[in-house]
Amino acid sequence: MSCKDCSLCSGGEMIRKEGRMRILLMGNPNVGKSVFFSRLTGIRALSSNYPGTTVGFTQGVLRHKDICADLIDVPGAYTLNPTNEAEEIARRIIEDGADRIILVIDATALERNLVLALQVLAYHIPTVVALNMTDEARHKGILLDVERLEKELGVSVCRTVATTGSGISDIVGSLRNARTSSLPPMTKEECWQKIGQITAGVQTVTHRHHTLLDRAEDVSAHPLFGGLAGVAVLALSFAVIRIAGEGLVSYVFDPLFENIWLPLLNRLSAFLGDGFLRSLLIGRLFDGAIDLEQSMGVLSTGLYVEFGMVLPYIIAFYAALSFLEDFGYLPRLAVVFDALLHRFGVHGYAIIPTLLGFGCNVPGILATRVLESERERFIAATLISVGIPCVSIQAMLTATLGQFGIRYVAAVYAILLFVWLLLGRIMNIALPGFSPELIVEIPPYRIPSFKAWTAKLWFRIKDFFIEATPLVLGGILLVNMLDMAGILEGAGRVLAPFFTSVLGLPPATAVPVVMGMFRKDIAMGLLIPLGLSAHQMLVAVIVLSMTFPCIATFVVMWKELGLKRMLEASALMLCSAVAAGAVLNLLLSAF
Amino acid sequence: MNLIEMKNGTRAAIKGLPEGEAAQRLEALGLRGGKIIEKISCMPFGGPVTVLLDGRQFAISHGIAEHIEIEAENIG
Repeated sequence: MSCKDCSLCSGGEMIRKEGRMRILLMGNPNVGKSVFFSRLTGIRALSSNYPGTTVGFTQGVLRHKDICADLIDVPGAYTLNPTNEAEEIARRIIEDGADRIILVIDATALERNLVLALQVLAYHIPTVVALNMTDEARHKGILLDVERLEKELGVSVCRTVATTGSGISDIVGSLRNARTSSLPPMTKEECWQKIGQITAGVQTVTHRHHTLLDRAEDVSAHPLFGGLAGVAVLALSFAVIRIAGEGLVSYVFDPLFENIWLPLLNRLSAFLGDGFLRSLLIGRLFDGAIDLEQSMGVLSTGLYVEFGMVLPYIIAFYAALSFLEDFGYLPRLAVVFDALLHRFGVHGYAIIPTLLGFGCNVPGILATRVLESERERFIAATLISVGIPCVSIQAMLTATLGQFGIRYVAAVYAILLFVWLLLGRIMNIALPGFSPELIVEIPPYRIPSFKAWTAKLWFRIKDFFIEATPLVLGGILLVNMLDMAGILEGAGRVLAPFFTSVLGLPPATAVPVVMGMFRKDIAMGLLIPLGLSAHQMLVAVIVLSMTFPCIATFVVMWKELGLKRMLEASALMLCSAVAAGAVLNLLLSAF
Repeated sequence: MNLIEMKNGTRAAIKGLPEGEAAQRLEALGLRGGKIIEKISCMPFGGPVTVLLDGRQFAISHGIAEHIEIEAENIG
């Protein structure tokens, strides 16, 4: 796309290959860059109240009146002398050069933010400073002299509140005549001196009353209450997700399927008559009727598993998680879990990807990028894919094991927790290297805005649709095709001796387990019509839960860790799944 | 005295940081020599120490906190 009319590009030297100028959006972690990015480009970037939401960078087009430019959301950095991957990326991006920089500074933590600010200004790229979260600073009794800060830094400074959009147009307006700072090059010591001097001149802190949120912050850090609060928050979240998910199933999704979709399908079924197309789209009929859970057609079971059984829990899960994220609770959980996770060779921050993994393993594994070393990422990603059941798996647990009693569902969670702990310990001992240490900023608690919360929820549900729909429908299609071709039966026959002897499962379960490569929720759905005993079902569900939730997890692991690491993780996973299944089978048949 | 030995709820200045990369990360967060911090808590079983610097909480793992030296004199 060309932008000849763009007033910013009129200066010849600014024109890039694509004819657009390049603007970097930079700042410390968790200062609201991603919110800025969304406001300026209209592209939703995921933002949360904790450092490190953006590790890779996102690029979008900023269009505002007569301006159009490439805007790059640079990962948050405390310094350009990199101490982690995000900072490494940030430095590479700024060294590639840019025409403008929008530097976002957290008004509630001016001094710390100035470290990066001085480093960025030293690149002599025209810069505009957004003094963000000025509303929160005011509440905290922090007064800032903007004119003085402008004079000290030598560039324009605008007060902004990114979450409400206030001040955004001032920033865009200042871009055209953005200046280059004339601060002299400084040594580290001189830099700190300068920062001290600027802060003393610009910032006045007045007395403030302790708010309820401040007290909550103190409780969360308490050695005893902080731990208890962590467990309570997790337990409460699971309860809320469960109740909300069940509520959505029984009051919204089931009625929709029963009253609207099923009659339509019945008509389609009658219209198609007996034949290939009907077995593909509708599947088997039970006493002449469609059974949404068992018919196994693309339009019957395929849609019902994804939208009737899994989607309600996806909604409930992300509603709860997004709230915790924006409230700022997750880094506190990292503090609570640090001592335990340290023994697995990862630090407490690994709890964030792990929690994300409970929704879907794919974003969970992507989020392991917040961890420092390759070893840590491998451990965390493997633990997520083996020990953390995603929402799809969890939703299907009730469908498969609920009929035998809640204790079987609880047993799955207990066994997975045990495997997670054991495998974490084993990997830390077996893998050469060391556990990095946690050093992290804890953001203040913030009451999430309803609008941001719903927008984020929608963003994630959309992701689920895009990612899961082709796999679920394609998977069902594949199973039907393979079934018709007799391949499934053949595979079942080959694997049957192993399944019967080691896992104590009937030969027919080989099909769902092989199918589980693609999508676990369908695989578990395939178990339902087999008439397994409670114990057999438990073994089958455990084996399925411990292997990759779906082929997408497989692919993302390959992309994130490389082929070798992915194969190692797969081998570990297969071994632990078979071992767990075999031991469980032995234990269950012994008692 | 190091950060682990420092009493919860007291304030004191940072005297020395550990060697190496950890120092860089601490400094980037604003935790450097001469800065006055308040220790809020230390999690049990070798968990992290939480400190308050300029109104913002930071968590520092046990292994690093051991090597952060603190002035022996408390400030209020």
